[in-house]
Amino acid sequence: MTDTLLFTNIDEPGLNTIDVYEARGGYKQLERALKMKREDLITELSGSGLRGRGGAGFPMGKKASFIPKGDMQKYVVCNADESEPGTFKDRELIQKNPHQLIEGVIIAAFAVDATITYIYIRGEYEQQADILDAAIAEARERGILGENIFGSGFNVQLELARGAGAYICGEETGLLDSLEGKRGNPRLKPPFPANEGLFNGPTLINNVETLSAIPSIIELGAEGYAAIGVKDSAGTKLISVSGNVERPGNYEVALGTSSREIIYGLAGGPVDGRKIKCWFPGGSSTPVLTADDLDVDFDYDSLEAAGSMLGSGAIIVVDETQSVVELAYKLAKFYSHESCGKCTPCREGTRWTFHMVERIKEGTATPMDLDIMAAVQEQITGHCLCVLGDAMAMPIGSLIAKFRDEFESEIEANRNERERKLAAEFAAAEVEIEGISA
Amino acid sequence: MADVQRHVARFTNDSRIPGWDRAADLDKEPAVVPDAATTEVPAELRAAIEDGMRRFPIGDSAFIPALYAVQEHYGWCPPEGIEQAAAVLGRTPAALTAVATFYDMFEMEQLGRKSVYVCTNISCSLCGADELLEALEGELGEDPDVNVRGFECLGACDIAPMASVNGIYVGPIGLSEVPELARQIRQGDDPLPARQLVKRPSADPKVAEK
Repeated sequence: MTDTLLFTNIDEPGLNTIDVYEARGGYKQLERALKMKREDLITELSGSGLRGRGGAGFPMGKKASFIPKGDMQKYVVCNADESEPGTFKDRELIQKNPHQLIEGVIIAAFAVDATITYIYIRGEYEQQADILDAAIAEARERGILGENIFGSGFNVQLELARGAGAYICGEETGLLDSLEGKRGNPRLKPPFPANEGLFNGPTLINNVETLSAIPSIIELGAEGYAAIGVKDSAGTKLISVSGNVERPGNYEVALGTSSREIIYGLAGGPVDGRKIKCWFPGGSSTPVLTADDLDVDFDYDSLEAAGSMLGSGAIIVVDETQSVVELAYKLAKFYSHESCGKCTPCREGTRWTFHMVERIKEGTATPMDLDIMAAVQEQITGHCLCVLGDAMAMPIGSLIAKFRDEFESEIEANRNERERKLAAEFAAAEVEIEGISA
Repeated sequence: MADVQRHVARFTNDSRIPGWDRAADLDKEPAVVPDAATTEVPAELRAAIEDGMRRFPIGDSAFIPALYAVQEHYGWCPPEGIEQAAAVLGRTPAALTAVATFYDMFEMEQLGRKSVYVCTNISCSLCGADELLEALEGELGEDPDVNVRGFECLGACDIAPMASVNGIYVGPIGLSEVPELARQIRQGDDPLPARQLVKRPSADPKVAEK
């Protein structure tokens, strides 16, 4: 398949400016959408089969249909806090084609009758935020943002909000708290943001890629878009491939493409012809798959059937020379650092998992620790307000389940190593007992 | 391998709440909102905070923009800067400190103004990020103007191992390029111009075809 929707003209110089974007047909779909009835627009979005590209994979049209009707102030928030390790697709979209995102945000806002919209971008993306800021200013100047856009009588404002470095603010309710100027702690659900979100108003939150896909849906029509990809996984998806591969980068593929084709065909496979030890299909939060799973089709349902999930569509390839303990160490360290501390299972579970992996590295762990670690992962899963804890529990649980031998042999090796060191230190130290000299 | 990543404030003493182990001082006056009339606020700082406040219907939403403004002005978030921001926002300094300590990018101690974040997360560490961080710390660790730190995933795994130099993403950085990069950082030059992310074309072959 050679479908390019999101990446159309992506490398064209100046695509981030409104002149080039409009010359390539930009904002035409917005104009069309504004002439449609709101219900028809939501039907169109639902019919396209577009599922949330941020990680959860919830149907976008359905989410939009949950927003209540009425006179209250409604909001659309674009989640550009892309912090999932391995994911960098939104960064490229924002940097190279910010107007496509703005167009998507405005169409979504019109569909749910929201007049105030925000894009929450992570603080680390300073260059991208500056580009987006400039694009928003251009759109405002042209009257694409503001009052009575395209003579439709619809008013819309868009503001860019910058985060300041917190993974948890990519969780939708944590993001809302952060937007309200608080510590980014996730909220109890329900009420869901669709009913009570930003400033207590109904809020539609979507990922950058989801919103950027909307102009293509209006252009192709719901059926045209749904025809791309496979059943229940419609459309194209940006896949961020990274780790031990020849050509890391973002690739736009139709959902349902085989994983082998993506990893070996597009990204060139591991360097020096090494073998793949394991790979994360959807960012570091998804259960790992092994080389045996390479023929799984890359879509929501096939990956779920294989025991993992599509997540944010970020493939991290780990080759045979890497140690799984080191991998678990990095994972546990990251999630324990990023846990906001609101829910006990996640706050303590991530910390203790980190300490236990540290023990393996120090050589003080026993094989029994693996069972404790696996049990901790089970106890975290599903017991917190958000899925950050699960996001550590799933990959670490699957690493222990799939690479137990390797964990055990590393525990053994590190223990022996430590004992040797201690024995050598002991032998080197001059033993002196009071009254008796050696 | 040494734990090279510096702990952030919300992790002091293994707790996320700064000062959790200090008893409350009962003799102290309760915190008050600094008096806007008597607190002197640098004009540009006030303008930046008020610009943040204009963007949101509720003033509290401007906490993060305000803290950015303070950090921009002072190079970090000093108590007097937080006090000034609190005066403009009409909130207590504690409310701002609580927010500031949550986010990794706000510095609660005075450090070098030039920031070098080295991503040490999975994809980058598979490609040698820990060695890169060590090398950069070796080159720049002593420099009081530079703040080198390991950072969580910066969202640029395609250029792993990478670093964000004052917000500019550069990578992949080979160990042999570290002295050159360190020199550029010290002198305030453009870091490794040929390796900057914004100049990188898309990896997707379908894009190149057109």
